[in-house]
Amino acid sequence: MLANVLRRLVTVIPTLIGVVIVTFLLTRVLPGDPAVYFAGPTATPQSIAEVRKSLGLDKPLPEQFARYIGELAHGDLGNSLATGRPVLAELTSRLPASAELTLFGLVISMLIAIPLGILAAVKQGTWIDHTCRIVATAGVSLPVFFTGLLLVYVFYFRLGWSPPPLGRLDVFYDAPPTVTGFYLIDSLLAGNLELFRASLGQLILPGVTLALFSLAPIARMTRASMLTVMASDYIRTARASGLSSYTIVVTYAFRNAMLPVITTLGMVFSFLLGANVLVEKVFAWPGIGSFAVEALIASDYAPVQGFVLTMAVMYVALNLLIDILYGVVDPRVRLEA
Amino acid sequence: MTDIVANANTRPAGGAAALFRHARYVIGENPITGLSFGLFLLIVIAAMVGPWIVPYSPLASDTSAALKPPSIAHLFGTDQLGRDIFSRVVAATRLDFAIAILSVALVFLIGGLAGVAAGFFGGWTDRIVSRIADTIMAFPLFVLAMGIVAALGNTVQNIILATAIINFPLYARVARAEANIRREAGFVEAARLSGNSEWRILAFQILPNVFPILVVQMSLTMGYAILNAAGLSFIGLGVRPPTPEWGIMVAEGAANIISGEWWIAFFPGAALMIAVFCFNLLGDGLRDIVDPRRRT
Repeated sequence: MLANVLRRLVTVIPTLIGVVIVTFLLTRVLPGDPAVYFAGPTATPQSIAEVRKSLGLDKPLPEQFARYIGELAHGDLGNSLATGRPVLAELTSRLPASAELTLFGLVISMLIAIPLGILAAVKQGTWIDHTCRIVATAGVSLPVFFTGLLLVYVFYFRLGWSPPPLGRLDVFYDAPPTVTGFYLIDSLLAGNLELFRASLGQLILPGVTLALFSLAPIARMTRASMLTVMASDYIRTARASGLSSYTIVVTYAFRNAMLPVITTLGMVFSFLLGANVLVEKVFAWPGIGSFAVEALIASDYAPVQGFVLTMAVMYVALNLLIDILYGVVDPRVRLEA
Repeated sequence: MTDIVANANTRPAGGAAALFRHARYVIGENPITGLSFGLFLLIVIAAMVGPWIVPYSPLASDTSAALKPPSIAHLFGTDQLGRDIFSRVVAATRLDFAIAILSVALVFLIGGLAGVAAGFFGGWTDRIVSRIADTIMAFPLFVLAMGIVAALGNTVQNIILATAIINFPLYARVARAEANIRREAGFVEAARLSGNSEWRILAFQILPNVFPILVVQMSLTMGYAILNAAGLSFIGLGVRPPTPEWGIMVAEGAANIISGEWWIAFFPGAALMIAVFCFNLLGDGLRDIVDPRRRT
């Protein structure tokens, strides 16, 4: 098992190298002079030359790359022009907000999509199946920023059920003492139920928005994989042996059908992490996505580069985790390796 | 679009008439596909003649009529500057459609060719193309698109380019797989034996066979391309105001949602949604026509 995980870890290395090369190339080789960029809008030719020198941009490309790697190794992602703080510090302080939102969205999405997919497969060809297909196609068609705004209009403006879409907590509340950085968990740890309710209230709309968007691939995959499993020999045998359909679907089919669904989670995360940026903008969520968007608009390049790199590294790590999880869930994968 | 599919299918189906019958059968089987073809036509018409048939100029502001809810005079209402939203939504079709078509066409060419070459030649070509595709896939795609547009500069051309790049792996992989299975096929061997060069085989035997599959891929990714481009312009990249474009129009109306002026963001958002929905259904429908095995 451990050897397996290690072997899988080794395969991540070329991917990470690729990621680092791409983020490096994004600033250095492409058209446009990064020195002009970093020197800011009021730069003189002299100050541009200085910036070029201080950034090491007058050196040959391989040397610049080596320098970039060295900076990365020290956790140096440069400074944000807007706040003056190191990008790494900005990102780590905002990461929990994004992570909480993304994971919350994923949980809602799985809670809806998996039962829906199972039902659609078990009752193939009925209205449930058609609903599942429509929901799945509509889900990927919905621009996530548009769904978010619609939900805000209906649940905040019309019905008044949800708090204003302005971040993680209403201004009346103070953030819970930081343990995990997830307000839901921290407020419970602090034993503050009111705070828990308040942060949950803020989370629900953006969480549902993300869930609606990521529902489709999970529901589709669950349905397809349940259909394959339900047509297999051992399900037929279980049926012939007179097991109840509940036992067949839940104990036998569901467990085996979950394997391909776990694999799709990789793609779902790609969707979620991208959609996260848009949802954070709609709900003024103080995560790394809205930080990157602000930096983008202000042409503040270091935070954007740091953001892209962080997201890619997280995504690679998540995919790795999914692979390892797959090995844990499916003993056959372990045996083969 | 139909021409392409027709060409692709004349071989297995044996004639355009047979294809037409087959297409009609598939559409009859699934009326939603028919609906999506109709919608697609509507979008194409709006993109072609939209700016000339709208009742108001999409850029003309009239502050005395600002923030009016939908009415007979202004079907979709007016925005903060009193511009007619209906006119803007229709006029925006051209830009959104153009971005999607151009980006998809670009990746169709580059990704398709790279993939076919990788699958057919194998070896180093394959290794390089696959490595590039893997590296792109290592990023959450929308995030990579943001990074590319930020690096290359904030223009519409770069939105098109970024959207093409993030779709590259999808095309390259499909094309690679399809070329790879045909590499040793009987008709390829026959062409080789009759003295055709490898490049000639690639161009005249492999490409025409992979083509229809890539066309389906194109329609399947159109919706995603539009969503992606609109998402980028929603966060303020690429398209600049006052240009009418769906993503930026939703962004312009976002602040008004919490004060109840829903129509500013709603109609462009709905147009975007319908367009994406239509492209996705169309993609499924085309796949059913071209590749019956994968029919769901």
